[in-house]
Amino acid sequence: MTTAEKYVTAAYAVFLAVLLLYIVIYSFRIARLQREVAELAELAASRAEGEARQEAERARVG
Amino acid sequence: MSTWLRNRPGPALSLCALALLLAAGALTFFWVPIDADQGFSQKIFYLHVPIALTSYACFGWGAWKALRLLWKGESRYDLESYTAIHIGVMFALMTLVTGSIWGKISWGVWWSWGERQLVVFLILTLFYCAYFMLRYSIEAGPRRERTSAVYALFGVVLIPISFLAIRILGTILHPAVFTREGPQMSGSMFFTFLVSLAGMVALAFALYQTELAGKRLDVRLRELRRVLAS
Repeated sequence: MTTAEKYVTAAYAVFLAVLLLYIVIYSFRIARLQREVAELAELAASRAEGEARQEAERARVG
Repeated sequence: MSTWLRNRPGPALSLCALALLLAAGALTFFWVPIDADQGFSQKIFYLHVPIALTSYACFGWGAWKALRLLWKGESRYDLESYTAIHIGVMFALMTLVTGSIWGKISWGVWWSWGERQLVVFLILTLFYCAYFMLRYSIEAGPRRERTSAVYALFGVVLIPISFLAIRILGTILHPAVFTREGPQMSGSMFFTFLVSLAGMVALAFALYQTELAGKRLDVRLRELRRVLAS
């Protein structure tokens, strides 16, 4: 490999490395978003459960 | 097919960018002739210049969205302007790195402070890097949106200065390929350059769509968390 070929390869490698780094960072972001969605789903489910229990309690008292 | 494309702009643009960049790579290494003056190292041109022009396009797009925000007052433009600048900074940093590599092989130095185009481009990049510092130093809300928009609009002034620097002020090392007489290269070189430029622009828009979707999702999740917590 000549010096020019090495430098051209390095320039293209930089471009690919930046794109790969972006994909890695984005995959971490997707993982975080999935975690947050799961937490919110859990929160919504427990809230719905609480409301249903209150409703049942109200119906029993009434 | 057209409905599929309309409903999925991100994947469609990504596929388009992939096809164009693969074609550009094949044309660069297997078809376009080796430059008589610079030799094999000139092939960086098909990567470096499209990346630089794409960064200008991203900053221009960010400024356009900023203008829309100031004009219409709709908050959604703030996120769009911020995302365009985010992608633009990525491309600008890649321009500096690939340009440095090209400089080392062509001029024998990684950087030359005497070159106006290089210095103006560095100022442009640093200016947009500072955009993030400004943005995160202000609390989220209309004030941050307006301040960021005004800053993004100021930055766009540097784009024509950067592009015209070597044409107006002259140059010692950095070549000016696009002159008043048109592109100073053969037809096959110009065609390869155009394919590469189209690929880079498609890639930038694919990244823009992906990043914007992620940022919008972040905002919606934050709103949902607030509603559920109340």
